[in-house]
Amino acid sequence: MSAPRPGLAAALAALAPALLLAGCGSAAPAGPGAAGATPAAVGGTITVLAAASLTGAFTTIGHDFEASHPGSTVVLSFGSSATLAAQVAQGAPADVFAAASPATMATVREQVDAPVDIASNTLEIAVPAGNPGRVHGLADFADPHLRIAVCAPQVPCGAAAAQLFAAAGVEAEPDTLESDVKAVLQKVTSDEVDAALVYRTDVLAAGAQVEGIDVPQASAAVSRYPVAVVRASRNPVTAAAFVAQVRSADGQRVLRAAGFARP
Amino acid sequence: MPAPTRSARPVTPTRPERRAGAGQGRVPLLLGLPALVALVFLLLPLVGLLVRAPWSRTVEVLTSPTALQALRLSLVTATASTALSVALGVPLAWLLARPGLRGAALLRALVTVPLVLPPVVGGVALFTVLGRSGLLGRPLYALTGFAFPFTPYAVVLAQLFVALPYLVLAVEGALRAADRRYEEAAATLGARPGTVFWRVTLPLVGPGVGAGAVLAWARALGEFGATITFAGSFPGTTRTMPLEVYLALETDPDAALLLAVLLLGVSVAVLVLLRDRWSGRW
Repeated sequence: MSAPRPGLAAALAALAPALLLAGCGSAAPAGPGAAGATPAAVGGTITVLAAASLTGAFTTIGHDFEASHPGSTVVLSFGSSATLAAQVAQGAPADVFAAASPATMATVREQVDAPVDIASNTLEIAVPAGNPGRVHGLADFADPHLRIAVCAPQVPCGAAAAQLFAAAGVEAEPDTLESDVKAVLQKVTSDEVDAALVYRTDVLAAGAQVEGIDVPQASAAVSRYPVAVVRASRNPVTAAAFVAQVRSADGQRVLRAAGFARP
Repeated sequence: MPAPTRSARPVTPTRPERRAGAGQGRVPLLLGLPALVALVFLLLPLVGLLVRAPWSRTVEVLTSPTALQALRLSLVTATASTALSVALGVPLAWLLARPGLRGAALLRALVTVPLVLPPVVGGVALFTVLGRSGLLGRPLYALTGFAFPFTPYAVVLAQLFVALPYLVLAVEGALRAADRRYEEAAATLGARPGTVFWRVTLPLVGPGVGAGAVLAWARALGEFGATITFAGSFPGTTRTMPLEVYLALETDPDAALLLAVLLLGVSVAVLVLLRDRWSGRW
């Protein structure tokens, strides 16, 4: 046995752990929070962290808010609710937080004011355009020959899917349990699965690549979306005005158009 | 591997044994300080992981069937993709290192594409070729009913895609640094090209192959983006350790830290053990 030799191999062995998690990037919240002292009136910049499924609706509402409140800027950052909640818990400079489930919002109850529900969402079957697997309903999810994608039961969309299968009495045979609903949808748009369970809003947002099939039992698993002002906000007046905009008739109309239901 | 014949035994001119005491003089501040910063920068996040991990839950988390299942899948697939990387990558490196190869610079740049491509995009790219409706995947699916996604083979392919360039670059570097005169001497003495490669070239670049295999294995073990995109995530089939860690981060961040520490511990242990093997062998 030769003595250990300091060399390339040793250097690489020392380097290897750094490579291990290469590629596990995580999105940081975009933009700084409100700068300067607390303004008494609505204005300045607010940062809104929102669940990925709210992307289209909140982008529109943000533009509407900036138009109706000159001098204000809304910086939006979308991601998985759990990731965003972790950012709020770590003190990210955010003013408003919108989550895809009350359970996720509850994990930051120390950091936010009382949340209000702004919308609800239900699950729908998504199939690739043309429906290659000839899927008709939830019962097809028990067919082991079909390729099926759903969310993992640990994340909100997966918990809702499990509720739905239980209500319908279906023993699902999924091929993959994804960690968020966008990953599930991606498997449908790339035609790698015959069917998947995603939110109604995701089917609408995916356009022509995806066909939606209504689930009669959908009301058994309704996901509620709470929104709250972050306590550490340096612009709470504008943050509260933004929440009010989301709850207003205009804001609710945008959410309905994106496929969300009443809270 | 057969022992090299006496006439062809390489003396490894590129890797002289270090004499005791050589290079033991004072380290100049200009080198020592940045080296120290680099070391601290690389190690501090690891220290952070170790400090924050909830050690009281170690037994519960690390002996859970899901963790062991994911660890086993990770070790098996990373080893398989490393073996494939060596089998395919060494010949490619040999080709790239041949003097006078036309278009070598372009080829070399293309080989490094997976290094700069975001792994998630790599996964989508694999779909377009090997997915159920991909260029090669569609005829395969039509003929056999088999498709790669959601199988462990897809995990290996995703890892191979991101790990192969590391091996090719490491081995090509070793081949360029090797002394070609040994190959020429062997050829002059009548050895056929295949014999020259197996008996002279390969022993010469052995450490380079070993280093490249380590890099490839480490990269494969940590592979996340291409795997979750191309292979999906199902316990025991495609959910490797990094995917398990990511899912745990969403639900049980403490457990995720412990799982990450477990993955690091196993990989460091394997690498340290292997390192002793090589230095004894080559």
